[in-house]
Amino acid sequence: MRPLTEEETRVMFEKIAKYIGENLQLLVDRPDGTYCFRLHNDRVYYVSEKIMKLAANISGDKLVSLGTCFGKFTKTHKFRLHVTALDYLAPYAKYKVWIKPGAEQSFLYGNHVLKSGLGRITENTSQYQGVVVYSMADIPLGFGVAAKSTQDCRKVDPMAIVVFHQADIGEYVRHEETLT
Amino acid sequence: MGRKLDPTKKEKRGPGRKARKQKGAETELVRFLPAVSDENSKRLSSRARKRAAKRRLGSAEALKTNKSPEAKPLPGKLPKGAVQTAGKKGPQSLFNAARGKKRPAPSSDEEEEEEDSEEDGMVNHGDLWGSEDDADMVDDYGADSGNSEDEEDGEELLPIERAARKQKAREAAAGIQWSEEETEDEEEEKEVTPESGPLKEEEEDGGLQINVDEEPFVLPPAGETEQDAQAPDLQRVHRRIQDIVGILRDFGAQREEGRSRSEYLNRLKKDLATYYSYGDFLLGKLMDLFPLSELVEFLEANEVPRPVTLRTNTLKTRRRDLAQALINRGVNLDPLGKWSKTGLVVYDSSVPIGATPEYLAGHYMLQGASSMLPVMALAPQEHERILDMCCAPGGKTSYMAQLMKNTGVILANDANAERLKSVVGNLHRLGVTNTVISHYDGRQFPKVVGGFDRVLLDAPCSGTGVISKDPAVKTNKDEKDILRCAHLQKELLLSAIDSVNATSKTGGYLVYCTCSITVEENEWVVDYALKKRNVRLVPTGLDFGQEGFTRFRERRFHPSLRSTRRFYPHTHNMDGFFIAKFKKFSNSIPQSQTDGVLLCRSGWTAVVQSQLIATSTFQVQAILVPTPK
Repeated sequence: MRPLTEEETRVMFEKIAKYIGENLQLLVDRPDGTYCFRLHNDRVYYVSEKIMKLAANISGDKLVSLGTCFGKFTKTHKFRLHVTALDYLAPYAKYKVWIKPGAEQSFLYGNHVLKSGLGRITENTSQYQGVVVYSMADIPLGFGVAAKSTQDCRKVDPMAIVVFHQADIGEYVRHEETLT
Repeated sequence: MGRKLDPTKKEKRGPGRKARKQKGAETELVRFLPAVSDENSKRLSSRARKRAAKRRLGSAEALKTNKSPEAKPLPGKLPKGAVQTAGKKGPQSLFNAARGKKRPAPSSDEEEEEEDSEEDGMVNHGDLWGSEDDADMVDDYGADSGNSEDEEDGEELLPIERAARKQKAREAAAGIQWSEEETEDEEEEKEVTPESGPLKEEEEDGGLQINVDEEPFVLPPAGETEQDAQAPDLQRVHRRIQDIVGILRDFGAQREEGRSRSEYLNRLKKDLATYYSYGDFLLGKLMDLFPLSELVEFLEANEVPRPVTLRTNTLKTRRRDLAQALINRGVNLDPLGKWSKTGLVVYDSSVPIGATPEYLAGHYMLQGASSMLPVMALAPQEHERILDMCCAPGGKTSYMAQLMKNTGVILANDANAERLKSVVGNLHRLGVTNTVISHYDGRQFPKVVGGFDRVLLDAPCSGTGVISKDPAVKTNKDEKDILRCAHLQKELLLSAIDSVNATSKTGGYLVYCTCSITVEENEWVVDYALKKRNVRLVPTGLDFGQEGFTRFRERRFHPSLRSTRRFYPHTHNMDGFFIAKFKKFSNSIPQSQTDGVLLCRSGWTAVVQSQLIATSTFQVQAILVPTPK
């Protein structure tokens, strides 16, 4: 377990900022205590300082997880967000997509969101903008990337993809063993 | 140019294959239902039904005219409609009637319906078959009408089946009655046992069984038990279990002369082992644990699964909202009980309850009712440091986090790396952020980190309380396994106690729980810890459950074990569980072995003499032996 290097921090923040923009500031400066990012086994954990101190007592090979896992660095030093970060992305998300109840199932199985399943979308979402996907009951289901801007979404045919799938909460069941 | 549509030559197109409407379920259902129920209505053609009615009428007539019961009623007595049904049928039936029952087989008549021909054949056949029946039933009209109906029912039955049916009827007449409850109870077993075998056996010892109420049950001789071992007849075994339990309840009056209680008990033990397929060892343990009537209830409860329960994740939602969302998905549920504000019990569900979007979003956790109790007993407070020593799969850990509102810190530890994966998944899914997950052997604990405000030890155990979940426990445990578990539990419990900080302002508590019901893994372990460390038992704060044992066979435990709680499948409809809550009152460890023993002894004598409660005995100890700091 160690703090992130400059480079790692930059890569990770760039990635997170795609979804929550300047709200990233709120993650770093929190009123309820100091929170920090820690790297352990190539994974980035977002954790309160108090909890981190307890975890410091535990040797590296015996430590499995602490706080919330945000994602992992790949071997090529890119950052990949995990669905476990959804709890922090969803409240701060700037661009959202709501999908119809009929399309929920499909999205939770790892498929892209089609125009036919699109319920609502935030105004003036640009193409390739990171979006958080909600159900119509406002339950965050995952996140992805807008394949079309809001304007284009109105014109395309119903079978066109409007949001590329990146992560969804179905992974808790599908990929339980790779979450950390 | 292509072909042109010629309206005159237009082929008539009906609805396509796919357009054909599927028949409703009621038509399909008939194929699956046993044919017995609708034999009469379905198999008989309208004519045959009319004829049957006539025959009934005819037999009434026959009473007056004293005719042969098998004979067809005369056409003159037929109602109009029946005669007019078919032009060709009329003369035929007239002809048949004229010839009486010795009419020829109707194969000559091609217009005759198949059912008719079959039935006619039947009658003929019946004549050949049951000539002696005729002989002894000439005057007996009531029996005869029943007999003829039987024949109608059995139109397509083989002769052997009809013979069996007759035999059954005779048995019924002889007065062999099947007890309703027993047949219901044994339905499962009946399916297992071959159809023909038990019937004969029942017949043979039927005399013994009918008279169970009047005559005392006779314990079978030793020779028969050997024979039983090869091919046990579960119905008989079950009945015998009931009989023996009944006798043992009122042993003085009902026992057979010259038989001792132990003989009955041995027989009962063997029978229970056969019937519920338990190993001898575990069954012996259970017999020591429960009174007999309760034992059977317990074994019976282990055969049925416990209800599916779930716990609302109050970090993300409220119970009412969750219940509403699940009801909308077609789940039938109810609040779990007065004691839980977050539990829901699921009766049935049209969707998989472990894969709804609500589940994936972490709004609830599937958790047995009994697993919520230890956390409620532990009662974690906000901003505390808590250790969960054996946390997988994270149900109790997440419950603690939700009670603490994600404040403080929980160290979730488990020795099994495989099972830790589910802990990581569950905690992240439920939005628990205040945990550190580690992979130590719990026995290393005070060395790694100590000084926790509260510790929950859900110790690994033999699982004798969750037999309904894992029936393998019935046979694969023996004395050694239990003792090995108990030994590990003692080590873990001491480690856990040492990890607690007695001087904590809010805490200093430890909850020990197992999903086992054996005394070795529960009271014994707790009693051991009471002797070894400066802890005392405190009430668990759960207002139901049975008290722990203070005396069990040759063992005598500390009187304060009354404040521990036991939960059983048959009394509380949750998994078998044991919960003990300790309060640690000093961080010092009673050091040297000899001192420890002396100290224990003095403690014990004090208890015996003055019946002091746990607190005061240990205070006495502290005064007697000033513990080195």
